[in-house]
Amino acid sequence: MKDAIALGGEAPVVVRSLAFSDVVQDRSGEDIRGCYYCQKCTAGCPTAFMMDYKPAQLLRMIQLGEKERVLGSNTIWMCIGCEACGTRCPNQIRLAPVMDVLRQMAMEEGYAPETAVYSLHRAFLDSIRLWGRMHEVTMLAEFKTRCLLTEFPVFFKGLLGDMKLGSDLILNGKLSLLPDRIKGLEEIKALYEEAARVSSRDTEVSE
Amino acid sequence: MSTAMRYTYYPGCTSETTAVEFGLSTEAVCEALGIELIELEDWNCCGASSAHSLDHELGLALPGRNVALAQEAGIDMVIPCPACYQHCRDADVKMREDEAWREKMERILRFHYEGTARPRHLLEVLANDLDEDELRNKVTRPLEGLKVASYYGCVLVRPPELTGWDDPEHPVTMDRLMGILGAETIDWSYKVDCCGASLTLSRGDIVRELSTRIVEGAVEAGAECIVSACGMCEINLDTRQAPSSGKKMPIFYLTELMGLAFGLPRVEKWLGRHSVDPRPLLRERGLL
Repeated sequence: MKDAIALGGEAPVVVRSLAFSDVVQDRSGEDIRGCYYCQKCTAGCPTAFMMDYKPAQLLRMIQLGEKERVLGSNTIWMCIGCEACGTRCPNQIRLAPVMDVLRQMAMEEGYAPETAVYSLHRAFLDSIRLWGRMHEVTMLAEFKTRCLLTEFPVFFKGLLGDMKLGSDLILNGKLSLLPDRIKGLEEIKALYEEAARVSSRDTEVSE
Repeated sequence: MSTAMRYTYYPGCTSETTAVEFGLSTEAVCEALGIELIELEDWNCCGASSAHSLDHELGLALPGRNVALAQEAGIDMVIPCPACYQHCRDADVKMREDEAWREKMERILRFHYEGTARPRHLLEVLANDLDEDELRNKVTRPLEGLKVASYYGCVLVRPPELTGWDDPEHPVTMDRLMGILGAETIDWSYKVDCCGASLTLSRGDIVRELSTRIVEGAVEAGAECIVSACGMCEINLDTRQAPSSGKKMPIFYLTELMGLAFGLPRVEKWLGRHSVDPRPLLRERGLL
């Protein structure tokens, strides 16, 4: 909105990338141009209250080619993929796969992610690569370390609260201290390698 | 029991940790119903929300390995966790419909895709593969007087083209099951609202807000407890709710209430692991 009404003063520069909506449409398989802005997605989105741009706004910005604002937004990290938007969209546009693509493009192009959300996903994927399954205790240790290394003051404050929850879970017998390792780890490794090969190819294409 | 009911069983990572009582009660209830669960040998994590969030290919490949492992037995695969279920379902559809992808997975994982091992959610199997009478006959202690809000959450019923065995906006399967157990189910508005899922670790503030809204919605509609069919929903509501009244609401797993109604012996052990202790409510209703 700010951009639209700043006519009298200095107009902010919005860089438009005309190919952006094509790339998002191709990679997600979702019909981005089908959106006519009814905002049903925004109305039903459980995390819209935390987003800098709401789901419908984000779709509009993709249509308009506002790549930098889209990939730099916190919206793409706040989406939890609950599929409420896609289920309710009158044009059958699923935003969950669109958000996946946008996160991946943001990473490929070096946009700063939301620290905590990104660190958790990274630690989670590292855990699966190491053990074949998710091991909470080591995964959480990596997650916390990643957060502290990125934004120490912010995450140091939250540590006590998390330790309270963690100790409750240990008391209820819900966290195992030692990880299990699956037998087919070689296969998991092969799947990670193949995925890395494909995503480096995607990066080259989008550049 | 008409025919022997056998399924491959994919427990998922949380069934041994944060949702351990879901895993234990699932196994006990299935045993009581004559359902044989054969654990998938050497299963791996489905990638949860993290794989597809950061890497499209991994998001399909990790659950794909479980779908691959299930091919040998060639029977349906029962999954208690809705996220594991949705991801395995996604991986199965991808292999069924995308020939190039299927061939690549078959090459890397050295298996042959048959397509006869359908990934299915536990709730759907309990509701569709059993006669209502079979369930009714098992009930020795009807949950009379217990006012329950059935909570389905997000990916158990969405997207409908992938998980379409109940209505995505007004699912009723769990309500019917609760009715068979003798509980009173209430109508409410938050049945399919998301609890915030994996944001619980990265953004606990958001999950506190969402879980509280869901719990307060259940209170407003007249429920005294919530029943869930998801390890993520249960632990989020159980540990993150902060209702303004200060009175926290007990959250059950579907299979815990089934175990209670069937008079199974270990129910109290499962219930003793919750953050909000549900036993006082059950004692008040004369159910424990």
